[in-house]
Amino acid sequence: MNFPAIRVIFQREMARFSRTIIESLISPVISTSLYFVVFGAAIGSRIEAVDGVTYGAFIVPGLIMLTVITQSVSNASFAIHFPKFIGSIYELLSAPVSYREIVIGYVGAAAVKSILIGLVILLTAYLFVDLPIAHPIAMLALLAVTSFSFSLFGFIIGIWAKDFQQLQLIPLLVLTPLIFLGGSFYSIDMLPGIWRTIAMFNPVVYLMSVFRWSFFATADVPIAASLLAIAVFTALCLAVVWWIFRTGWRIRQ
Amino acid sequence: MPSIVSIRNLTKTYKSGFAALKSVNLEIAEGEILALLGPNGAGKTTLISAVCGIVQPTSGSVTVGGHDVVRDFRAARDLIGLVPQEITLEPFEKVFNAVSFSRGLFGKSPDPAYVERVLRQLSLWDKKDSKIVALSGGMKRRVLIAKALAHAPRVLFLDEPSAGVDVELRKDMWSVVADLKAQGVTIILTTHYIEEAEAIADRVGVINKGEILLVEDKSAMMRRMGQKHLQIDLTEPLVAVPDMLASYALELGPEGRSLIFTYDTKGDRTGIVTLLTDLRSAGLQLTDLSTRQSSLEDIFVGLLKEQL
Repeated sequence: MNFPAIRVIFQREMARFSRTIIESLISPVISTSLYFVVFGAAIGSRIEAVDGVTYGAFIVPGLIMLTVITQSVSNASFAIHFPKFIGSIYELLSAPVSYREIVIGYVGAAAVKSILIGLVILLTAYLFVDLPIAHPIAMLALLAVTSFSFSLFGFIIGIWAKDFQQLQLIPLLVLTPLIFLGGSFYSIDMLPGIWRTIAMFNPVVYLMSVFRWSFFATADVPIAASLLAIAVFTALCLAVVWWIFRTGWRIRQ
Repeated sequence: MPSIVSIRNLTKTYKSGFAALKSVNLEIAEGEILALLGPNGAGKTTLISAVCGIVQPTSGSVTVGGHDVVRDFRAARDLIGLVPQEITLEPFEKVFNAVSFSRGLFGKSPDPAYVERVLRQLSLWDKKDSKIVALSGGMKRRVLIAKALAHAPRVLFLDEPSAGVDVELRKDMWSVVADLKAQGVTIILTTHYIEEAEAIADRVGVINKGEILLVEDKSAMMRRMGQKHLQIDLTEPLVAVPDMLASYALELGPEGRSLIFTYDTKGDRTGIVTLLTDLRSAGLQLTDLSTRQSSLEDIFVGLLKEQL
């Protein structure tokens, strides 16, 4: 293992994060606060409690997931797409680093950023609502796993994308609908019959359900099913990354 | 001297079907400076990229310091520094950090004193805290060199180091190359300027259309390239070259209106002055004189003819 390489990649990505600290941290906080004002206070006051949890508190796990997933994907995809775009990726390709070290450095940094953002949103939420956390360790673990697996997914998009338009394509057309339809702001039980069945094909539902369980101890789908879905998604991403580096797809001609 | 870089039957065919390298063989001795000379699109950059790991070879093998660049890539790349042709740098990074990053990427522990030495050698020390976006083009190119030197490579590849560089920087770069050679670093550079190869190389390889046409010591190459042609335009056309001028091996131009004399600028004497005197004694009157250097193009054509 080339540890100095992992360290410098990680440090450089974190330096980018701190250079853009306003965009990176303040903007998620502001948008979260807006969600609380609109959904939590304005609309939420007219919605009855879901599973015995006030609507304002109910949406907190969904909000965290929404931001963590989008931030993981956008950070990781940009981090690897940018050097590819400006050409500085030559250095990664000509250095004695294996793809494991590249992935650990980039995906690790993107995941750490997302975890920090998730925690900041959680703290912001406490300003607005009373929030129990039934399983704090599981909550943190899920936050970490989600950050990691979606950073991995973002990394793949960053390599796949040929330009900045494509970089936005998957997050916009696939990810955002999946997240919004994945029960970020409602329980799957609230959906009418056929839509509930369709929702079961949305991987984000499983993630959202187990994450909400870590707060309120109630879940839409069995915990085991959620954990399996997360494991399969992560394994798929790892397999694709392995394949990308083995074949040099869109990196090495 | 033992080879530090050994390229055997290296072939690269791109997906489009374009054969950028056609079974290239090349041995590079430790400590030498080799210039790869060739026109645009000859395969110079592909060759370097295949050695450095940026391009996957279609077939053939490359070893650096005895390590295969694919199977044993860590050991091979440890020895290699690469200065790319294009300026490809993270724009918002500071110079010092950019060079330290490269050092870490090559698995070396941080060594600010070493990075300082590299930056000073390249006259970049006073820019160490500048962001790369704020530097001039020449300075950016220096940063690329500093990054390549950050892990103290044994073999340095310079891809078109003087493309878009002013005279002063080119001279600076040549002196850096000379310093590195004195430290025992092997240097491979690509260029399409004959003068550059002449100024710094020990050996010159000529590459065209994915093939190495020949590799020769610089002096032999320069003799080949030093040929010039003197065109002598005449007032009265000639039917044949006068016998008294036979020793100059003159060629008669179109319609006998000019004579062409080929001479060697690297020789002791060019013979121009005596030729002009003899022209006068032969009673020929001149309207104009012009000289022309054998272009790379002529040389390639010549080399290709020799090969057949």
